[in-house]
Amino acid sequence: MPTRPPLPVALAVAPALAIAVLAAPVGFGLIATVLPAFGWFPALGGETLSLAPWRELLATPGLWRSAAISLAAGLLTTAAALAAVIAFVAGWSHTRAFRAIQHLISPLLSVPHAAAAFGIAFLIAPSGWLMRLVSPELTGFARPPDWLIVNDPWGLAMMAGLLVKELPFLFLVTLAALPQVRSHLHVRTAASLGYGRIAGFVLTAWPLTYPQIRLAVFAVIAYASSAVDVAIILGPTRPAPLAVRLVEWMNDPDLAMRFKASAGALLQLGLTATAILLWVGGERIAAVLLRRLCRSGRRFRREGPARLAAAAVVTAAAAAVFAGLAVLALWSFAGYWSFPDAVPRTLTLDIWRRELPGLTRPLAVTVGIGLAATALAVAIALACLERESRTGERVRGRSPYILYLPLLVPQVSFVFGMQLAFLLAGIGASILAVVLAHLVFVLPYVLLSLSDPWHALDPRYARVAASLGAGAGLVFWRVRLPMLAAAILVGAAVGFAVSIGQYLPTLLIGAGRWPTVTTEAVALASGGDRRVIGVYAFVQMLLPFLGFMIATLVPAVAFMRRRDMRPAGA
Amino acid sequence: MTANLRIERVEISLGERRLIDLSATVAPGAVLTVMGPSGSGKSTLLAYIAGFLEPPFRAKGRIFIGEREITDLPANERRTGLLFQDPMLFPHMSVGDNLLFAIAAGGGHRQRRGIAEAALAEAGLDGFFDRDPATLSGGQAARTALMRVLVSQPQALLLDEPFSRLDADLRGQIRAFVFAEAVERRLPVLLVTHDEADARAAGGPVVVLE
Amino acid sequence: MPMFFRLFLATCLGFVGASGAWALDPSDWPAILAKARGQTVYFHAWGGARNINDYIAWAGDQVKARHGVTVVHVKLDDTANAVAKIVAEKAAGIDAAGSVDLIWINGENFAAMKRRDLLLKPGWAEKLPNWRHVDWRTKPTILVDFTTPTDGLEAPWGMAKLVFFHDTARGLAMPDSFAELVEWAKAHPGRFTYPAPPDFMGSSFLKQALIESAADRSVLAEPAVEGEFEKATAPLFAALDTMHPHLWRGGRTFPKNKEAMRQLLADDEIDIAFAFSPAEASNAIANGELAETVRSFVFSGGTLANTHFVAIPYNAAAREGALVLADFLMSPEAQLRKQDPAVWGDPTVLDTASLPAEYRDAFDRLDLGVATLRPAELGPALTEPHASWMTRLEEEWTRRYGVAN
Repeated sequence: MPTRPPLPVALAVAPALAIAVLAAPVGFGLIATVLPAFGWFPALGGETLSLAPWRELLATPGLWRSAAISLAAGLLTTAAALAAVIAFVAGWSHTRAFRAIQHLISPLLSVPHAAAAFGIAFLIAPSGWLMRLVSPELTGFARPPDWLIVNDPWGLAMMAGLLVKELPFLFLVTLAALPQVRSHLHVRTAASLGYGRIAGFVLTAWPLTYPQIRLAVFAVIAYASSAVDVAIILGPTRPAPLAVRLVEWMNDPDLAMRFKASAGALLQLGLTATAILLWVGGERIAAVLLRRLCRSGRRFRREGPARLAAAAVVTAAAAAVFAGLAVLALWSFAGYWSFPDAVPRTLTLDIWRRELPGLTRPLAVTVGIGLAATALAVAIALACLERESRTGERVRGRSPYILYLPLLVPQVSFVFGMQLAFLLAGIGASILAVVLAHLVFVLPYVLLSLSDPWHALDPRYARVAASLGAGAGLVFWRVRLPMLAAAILVGAAVGFAVSIGQYLPTLLIGAGRWPTVTTEAVALASGGDRRVIGVYAFVQMLLPFLGFMIATLVPAVAFMRRRDMRPAGA
Repeated sequence: MTANLRIERVEISLGERRLIDLSATVAPGAVLTVMGPSGSGKSTLLAYIAGFLEPPFRAKGRIFIGEREITDLPANERRTGLLFQDPMLFPHMSVGDNLLFAIAAGGGHRQRRGIAEAALAEAGLDGFFDRDPATLSGGQAARTALMRVLVSQPQALLLDEPFSRLDADLRGQIRAFVFAEAVERRLPVLLVTHDEADARAAGGPVVVLE
Repeated sequence: MPMFFRLFLATCLGFVGASGAWALDPSDWPAILAKARGQTVYFHAWGGARNINDYIAWAGDQVKARHGVTVVHVKLDDTANAVAKIVAEKAAGIDAAGSVDLIWINGENFAAMKRRDLLLKPGWAEKLPNWRHVDWRTKPTILVDFTTPTDGLEAPWGMAKLVFFHDTARGLAMPDSFAELVEWAKAHPGRFTYPAPPDFMGSSFLKQALIESAADRSVLAEPAVEGEFEKATAPLFAALDTMHPHLWRGGRTFPKNKEAMRQLLADDEIDIAFAFSPAEASNAIANGELAETVRSFVFSGGTLANTHFVAIPYNAAAREGALVLADFLMSPEAQLRKQDPAVWGDPTVLDTASLPAEYRDAFDRLDLGVATLRPAELGPALTEPHASWMTRLEEEWTRRYGVAN
């Protein structure tokens, strides 16, 4: 065997660094949640271990109903979003409609959850815009009907809000995975054997694609089962989903509630774990069913309704978000706007004129923190991946899920403990602490979005370069980096968007010293003025959108004259 | 300066299965053809010689170019020019930049560009310096790939089924061009193929793997 | 990882650090001013209203210009976030260089922080220069915050009174008591609601209803005890049981807070909203959030009243600067501007009669806005029950109504 040149230090330590950056804050945050859950928090007078917080938690009225809603939201929305994505990708790939919707759906990723939820709430409420459009002409309603749509006890509005955000994420993750498994070849083969589009895809390409996106699916389950922002705006109230209630307990003026809140955070953790386990069980069953279908030889040629339904769901999801945002945008220019007017009677720039001056510093802080966290995350991710390529050891292979811990562990269950960790480390409230806290959430997403394209790059390019005399460094800088430039920029844009969306970590760890567009938006949203929410939702969405635009335009311009460097159309 | 490529008792195995057991010497300008069905380990042999063998394969034996042993050298110091069945031109570089990437460092820009232009001319690709590799025809890309290897001044050529993706009429033409260049530069060539026509055209000894 | 281990130990051990000794005496004001110069005060305050944010920014500019104190408004969506920060700092043993210097607070948050020794001691508010104008004689809630004595641990900043508002253009007669409100709700199904406790406004509504419906109000000033609580609240819950089926959405869901409730009024989903600020309606009209025909009203039998304050955490880094800011916020100049409805519209904590003539006249001349009741129209003030009643009320409400059947 040839001796391998020693690795540069930066590459040698990269995986350890990544694990430290991710696992240490999460791990410590969890410890600082577990101890109070068993009564231990000396600063609040808890100096003995006890089960009292659990007894108190279990005595909470409606606890199991809250938990059931969270569990159902986690599983049902993920299943529905995934089913729609599968049916849509299977039924419509390589069509003009597909490409159109693909372009429509990508920007949805950059819409913050809370903004999307606000938009949807105003769209579907009985006094919302849809009702205003048709009232009183069609409905005869001069005042809004007393219908329970938003905050319904079944959580349907909340699930719809979660669904429209999960769909684009799963869609884009699936799109990224398809070329690696050469799905089109399998689908064509199946078609030539007489299978319908959807059946051909599900029976041949999907079993190969799913393992590639499984982690992203788990992350979606974790998010949906523990979401706070969407649940507050659209979710049930009697009782609210578990995560909402435990944030309320955490914020209760009675500090003794922290103990119960910590126990609740552990319950949330267990609930998310249960959701993922149930999902894994569902995977087994689905695999068996799929195998049976394969062996049955049924062709499923009549798939028109399924195709239409998939297209309808995906289009409706995109349309709902866009319409919601459009209406919020309209609000930001509105004077007094009452039911049943479909548009405000007066339009004014007042709100923008009033809000813009105050936005300068939050914008600068947001961009600064976002760029720093993203740059660090991209550097660490590239170092990990380059190390893999040079040594042949896969980081993922050795510690598969540790790197993705922050995606799978509900934020509310460890972010309070994490705050304590940074304080004890002596970097509380510094911008360094905020950047590191963001890094915890940014790095896994960057790693997730970079590692597939990285591994998909034909290794023969690096071999050719080496045999032409290029050393490992030159291969990295001149071959891998530029060839993956587009993927790296997209990964960076994803990371930037994740950083912009962070609320609790920014507020708690930054001790409020570093106001971002998001912390300002959430604080102002608590004042309930839809017009201010409209302004901030727009700005909050604009930044990640710019990020994605730069990520698309830069490689397109830089490689304008290199046909094979252009992103392949689906 | 030309030298033999010498393969000394190279054994490659996968688990308990011995794939390769080979000793051979390839003279400058000569071609050794290794044939065998897929899975016989013929590409693995090339990977070992070029320095890219990866687990789970295990190998022992020594490789020399002339008196220089390359067995334990990193791939980028072996000077074994490699051609795959795909041209593997770097898609983010122009045709000319692909060649400049291969030319050893040193010399002024003008001199380096001169080498690249001359190589293109030799392959009948005058004026292709600024072209996007994606716009080349199959034959043009194959010739560019060969010229890219040659300007890196290798001491041996390793060919991994380099003609198998080409159209039948083009295949003979490119094959003749590659062998002619190898003979002219007196490079020892190791050709891995499953196409008997390649072996006949190479004209040298043939090793057949099971 | 030694550092990790150290962190772990630190949490396990926890430390109740000695609260920083505080030698400065606010009555030696020049010394406080000297030390405050150059300090940065991180003022943690709810940031949900642009006019209030602007007011805080103005106050910051003033103390910067006059005393060289920089003020940074840390905008919160919930005061509890600042309390959480102080608790975390205490757990981490940060007893002197805390990140919160001044906090906008009252009621339960104050009681909790006082009980946990998280406030700067000894009491300082009554030693501030501008205390001399504070009207603690006729405004008892300045000295007793939700029945918890303030002991000078917080300085009064503004007065609050429960005020209802409605859109007069809808031509509806309004109730004049909680009992009438219950009847009103039955007569106008789906047109009334209140924020779900434990939201502050929702709990305040329950307290208003409790005070009005309790047979014997005197028990409310004492801690709630078993038996008394059930007896005193029985009429209240009977009334709520009657009223709930007639509420907005049939009582199956409740708005999250007063802002959501105000939006419902604007959207014509309900007909009555309420708030703790007499100027709320005028501000919302000026802001384009409510129709110009909205007007305020109170119950002639009286509504809840309380005071909101600023307090300094025990570990504040810029204590002197915080004192200077707290004092400025109590000054006639700052209070006048605060009561101006074009700025904020919050009733002053000062005894305007004791002020120099120029300020007295300025207060008198203030146009409080179309929908704001004059001080004389605000009706009698009902004092808050003991804080334990609120806790028990919230628990009982959640038990009865927190989970839909």
